Amino acid sequence: MDPGNVKEIVVPAFGRMLWRHSGEPGMLIPLLQAAQDSYGYVPPLAIEQIAEATRIPASEVFGVITFYKQFRLRPLGEHIIRVCKGTACHVLGAEMIAQTVGEELGITRDETSEDGLFTFLEVACLGCCSLAPVVMIDDQAFGRLTPQKLRGVLRRYRKKADRAA
Amino acid sequence: MWEVVVGLGSCGVAAGGLAVQQRLKELLEPEKERLVLKETGCIGLCYREVLVEVFEDGRRRTLYGGVTPERVNRIVEEHLRRGRVVAEWVVDREEVLAKQKRIVLRNCGEIDPTRIEDYQARGGYRALEQAVTEMTPEQVIETIAGSGLRGRGGAGFPTGTKWRLARASQDEHKYVICNADEGDPGAFMDRSVLEGDPHSVLEGMAIAGYAIGAGEGYVYVRAEYPLAIRRLRDAVAVAREKGFLGRNLFGSGFDFSIRLKEGAGAFVCGEETALIASIEGRRGMPRVRPPFPTESGLWGHPTCINNVETLANVAWIISNRAEAFRSYGTENSKGTKVFALAGKVRRGGLVEVPMGTTINEIIYDIGGGTVSGGPFKAAQLGGPSGGCIPASLGDTPVDYEQITATGAIMGSGGMVVMDESTCMVDIARFFLSFTQNESCGKCTFCRIGTKRMLETLEKVCAGRGKPEDLDTLAELGEQIKASSNCGLGQTAPNPVLTTLRYFHDEYEAHIKGKCPARVCLALVEFGIDPGKCNGCGMCLKACDPGAISGQAKEVHRIDRSKCVKCGKCITVCNRDAVLKV
Repeated sequence: MDPGNVKEIVVPAFGRMLWRHSGEPGMLIPLLQAAQDSYGYVPPLAIEQIAEATRIPASEVFGVITFYKQFRLRPLGEHIIRVCKGTACHVLGAEMIAQTVGEELGITRDETSEDGLFTFLEVACLGCCSLAPVVMIDDQAFGRLTPQKLRGVLRRYRKKADRAA
Repeated sequence: MWEVVVGLGSCGVAAGGLAVQQRLKELLEPEKERLVLKETGCIGLCYREVLVEVFEDGRRRTLYGGVTPERVNRIVEEHLRRGRVVAEWVVDREEVLAKQKRIVLRNCGEIDPTRIEDYQARGGYRALEQAVTEMTPEQVIETIAGSGLRGRGGAGFPTGTKWRLARASQDEHKYVICNADEGDPGAFMDRSVLEGDPHSVLEGMAIAGYAIGAGEGYVYVRAEYPLAIRRLRDAVAVAREKGFLGRNLFGSGFDFSIRLKEGAGAFVCGEETALIASIEGRRGMPRVRPPFPTESGLWGHPTCINNVETLANVAWIISNRAEAFRSYGTENSKGTKVFALAGKVRRGGLVEVPMGTTINEIIYDIGGGTVSGGPFKAAQLGGPSGGCIPASLGDTPVDYEQITATGAIMGSGGMVVMDESTCMVDIARFFLSFTQNESCGKCTFCRIGTKRMLETLEKVCAGRGKPEDLDTLAELGEQIKASSNCGLGQTAPNPVLTTLRYFHDEYEAHIKGKCPARVCLALVEFGIDPGKCNGCGMCLKACDPGAISGQAKEVHRIDRSKCVKCGKCITVCNRDAVLKV
């Protein structure tokens, strides 16, 4: 494709990948992953650019995006809260943990708090079952949680953000 | 020179392993000539993370559990500097390992996964060398077939047969795919192997490639496993540098390269045709088989798909011969099986047992029984595709056919232990909501049938169930199994059908308005324990319908006529004073 078309791309990883794309098959998902890595979600512009580069219709690109749970069409909050809903976590009270996140932040799953600070996601399994129930905030895991402990953790994050602001 | 090794699998990291490593680094820096700091993957004793192991010159090894940065100080001061073991934090490995046999996990927790030298020092890549320089592809296939190895992803198809079929397909291009899309909630075996011993999987793939005549391999790995992806990527690069991957391996003329593909989060992509569609960049929808991937797979070429654990067995079998592998196990299930033991068990972690070991032995002898000390109620095997095996069948051995006979499946190796405080109806609902969500939507019964089953289960959990609902569940379950194209749909009803079969009384209790385990909130009443309540007022403030009353510093009360059973009071109480009765 014409490199002139990717001028708007400010984040290099995705731009480089698009630019290098030589039409080899099977690159659609890696391109979408690169777009999401760069922007935090897959913006409409990236969909258009990927469609053009791969010669796959935008509608089909959209179909792939919505099939896989990894891809998001909306930007995320500053902190991502992943509540593990794996089996081990479930039998050790993940439902109460999820409820606590909802109550504390005033949002339901897949939503972002109004201040843009938190996005609340539920995930199938984080794979640290012996620490159940587990919540992951950004890259940090919090294990053996109780609703009370979790409230403390969330409030610390909020305080930190308030201080920064 | 002593070695200090920190367990840094995902579990170890989640438990705070990096902070422990950092502290050790600071303290050992001045003595780094004498004390070498290393890292390893999952040691398997997840219940005692963070784990740190000390190897003295004479190779005496001491494993410490529950290590925190604070505890590091004392371990360094007393053990590393003065040679006195801090006995109170030592973990007894033997207690957990006595009944285990480690083939797949032979290197996990033993080597530094980032150092190929460690893997080679334990015989790594010698099986590949032997295969490509001394054996014909047919001999390799016969060895694997003769070992009795069956697919560890769950279905248990004989690996040798699959390789034979792939070899027989005539095509210039063939592929080996390693299925590392470990999607079952409650399962982390494959992740631990990829993180702790990535080269064993790569070596298995290269041997498979030689056997079937493929020059290219793909590892399809879950994007949710960032550490495993990093380890794999590094391992592929260094294996290529060392000449274990690439062109003309060991001067044999055999070429083999490996690429990584990250999954994008779809449980159904564990199904082989869906996995192929996903690698090709499409929606991961399974297609009708035949043709099987061994005839027409990736980009239409013959493709052999094996699971991580299956491939991790391969090099061991080539090095130790088929007979050694066959000496473990039952008549039709040979070798070992890795389980991720979790749930209400005292010593959760990664265990590898010879086939034929009973479920009781795994839970009681290795797992140390339940957390509460009482008997276990059920063991869930095989995740959303599996079922719940009741304690009365605890003598069932780990064997493909015998586990299938209970209505569960061997599955990929998740084993979640449940006790009296687990509601079996709720568990059935939990798994069905998972598969319902993950159904790709292609087959009507899977798409709509699971939805109707889920609605029925939700009704039962909410106390609105009727006796005939149980018949509907059983009937729909059988229909979904019979009319779905792929494994996801064919097995989705298993958790419901097995709980209906073994825990029918619990379903009946729900229909009569009781949840015996007191899990389903709609079927319990809330109360306050006067012995624990200190009248802090937290629950009163949190209660939206105003069902809670009480003066400050006095025991509060719940008015059941106003209570909507939302459970909010439980989540705010700092003293565990809210009771479910």
